[in-house]
Amino acid sequence: MRLINRKPGRSGNLMLASLPFVLLIAAYLVASHLRLEANPGDKLLPAPQSFVAAMQQMALEADARTGQRLLWQDTWASLRRLLLGLGISSVIGLGFGVAIGTIPYLRASLAPFVTVISMVPPLAILPVLFIVLGLGELSKVVLIVIGVAPFLMRDLALHVESLPAEQIVKAQTLGASTWQIVLRIVLPQSLPRLLDALRLSLGPAWLFLIAAEAIAATDGLGYRIFLVRRYLAMDIILPYVVWITLLAFLLDLLLRLGARRLFPWSRAR
Amino acid sequence: MSELVIDNVWQSYDEQVVLEGLHLRVCGPEFCAIVGASGCGKSTFLRLLLGQEQPSRGRILLDGEPLPREPGPDRGVVFQQYSVFPHLTVLENAMFGLELQRRRWDVRIGGRLWGRARGEVREQAEQALAQVGLSGARDKYPALLSGGMRQRLSLAQSIVTRPKILLLDEPFGALDPGVRSDMHELVLRLWEEHRMCVFLVTHDIAEGFKLGTRLLVFDRLRRDPQAPQAFGATITYDLPLRRLTAEGAAAQRRDRSVAAAG
Repeated sequence: MRLINRKPGRSGNLMLASLPFVLLIAAYLVASHLRLEANPGDKLLPAPQSFVAAMQQMALEADARTGQRLLWQDTWASLRRLLLGLGISSVIGLGFGVAIGTIPYLRASLAPFVTVISMVPPLAILPVLFIVLGLGELSKVVLIVIGVAPFLMRDLALHVESLPAEQIVKAQTLGASTWQIVLRIVLPQSLPRLLDALRLSLGPAWLFLIAAEAIAATDGLGYRIFLVRRYLAMDIILPYVVWITLLAFLLDLLLRLGARRLFPWSRAR
Repeated sequence: MSELVIDNVWQSYDEQVVLEGLHLRVCGPEFCAIVGASGCGKSTFLRLLLGQEQPSRGRILLDGEPLPREPGPDRGVVFQQYSVFPHLTVLENAMFGLELQRRRWDVRIGGRLWGRARGEVREQAEQALAQVGLSGARDKYPALLSGGMRQRLSLAQSIVTRPKILLLDEPFGALDPGVRSDMHELVLRLWEEHRMCVFLVTHDIAEGFKLGTRLLVFDRLRRDPQAPQAFGATITYDLPLRRLTAEGAAAQRRDRSVAAAG
């Protein structure tokens, strides 16, 4: 049988899917063991029990200075910024995307502008944000919005333009006004695409968030990682990275399941 | 009775003439079947009637008024594909036009009809679905329907709002022969019940003869091999086919079903 026609079964699938993770962890454990054997004071690749100890301290014990459990404080601060940024981006992206995709006059005046704006590297204007908006929450959220919203706008505008013209004509022959077409035809059919586009934006959104936190913040997952970097605290940095990855994965999963649940009509296509 | 007058209509894009010197007068509930080779302007003609395009020359009058420059509720349409809304259930699709007909503030602002009027509209839509045999699929999404069912839904969706003219753009082109002949029966029945003016574009001449009360043949009268785009198509034949009364049609259907049963 040809290789392209051989397919793993259910258990085979699970095993194959977990294989790379197992290999990665095994490679780490071996390397960590070898280094710690040579030098018990090595900080580069800590043993698993150091992770557990460090995380116990971060997650369960109150910080001596602030009286907070740092992991949860950081997680909450970061997630709030991230979700705020993504939420605002969604509203902007959906509004402009639908408007640009539906109304030729708006498309003529806004589409080239949005295209140019989306080429501005967001990190390059981070200093501008810090100068203009200060070092508080606002500039971090705005950075995420600047990074994500133009992509959402363009993606949604393209999606709206690709809706079959027949549908729009049909809606008009049934008496729909521009507003009613937007509300009943275009907007509902854009929502599944918005969730997909948001999933693709999660990576960039985390990137902008952590960059902003690394430069100026007093809490947050990115802030913590860059803070403890000074002490080579790999026992904190690595679990934090894993935690961030897990959060991002869960958000992605949530968006995927949400889309399936909320828009059953789009699944069957 | 609505009257459609097409007065010396030309349509050209840049150098290319697609339609030339079109004259037509259609009065009342006629079923005009439009046939012709591909690329002879049938679809262009339909877009002109829809208001998607404006003629380069000439005028189109509906009940004495120039045709609006955009699609509107006086002209319904069923396309070959994409003619139902995928995000609405069958029932919601059928209700769509009826909801918008109620020019209340909730429909104008929110796009949806609420309250008791919604119940009335639902009842009307359910009747229309029963007429086209889709009652059982009420709550399904179009993606789960077969091609024939989708076209029936599209027909019901357009007919419930009672347009003056119904435009059918090769609506059965993508269907199996068996399904197609079922659709023919359905269309004739709906046409007899609603007595509206229908334009059917088809590349299937037999279909045109079977359904039409009037057959319009589009073709080019003049050809220039050196400049194929110089001349457009026009209506070369305008054949009256039959004048069936509702009883006559019913009798014919009975005969046919007897023949089929025998």
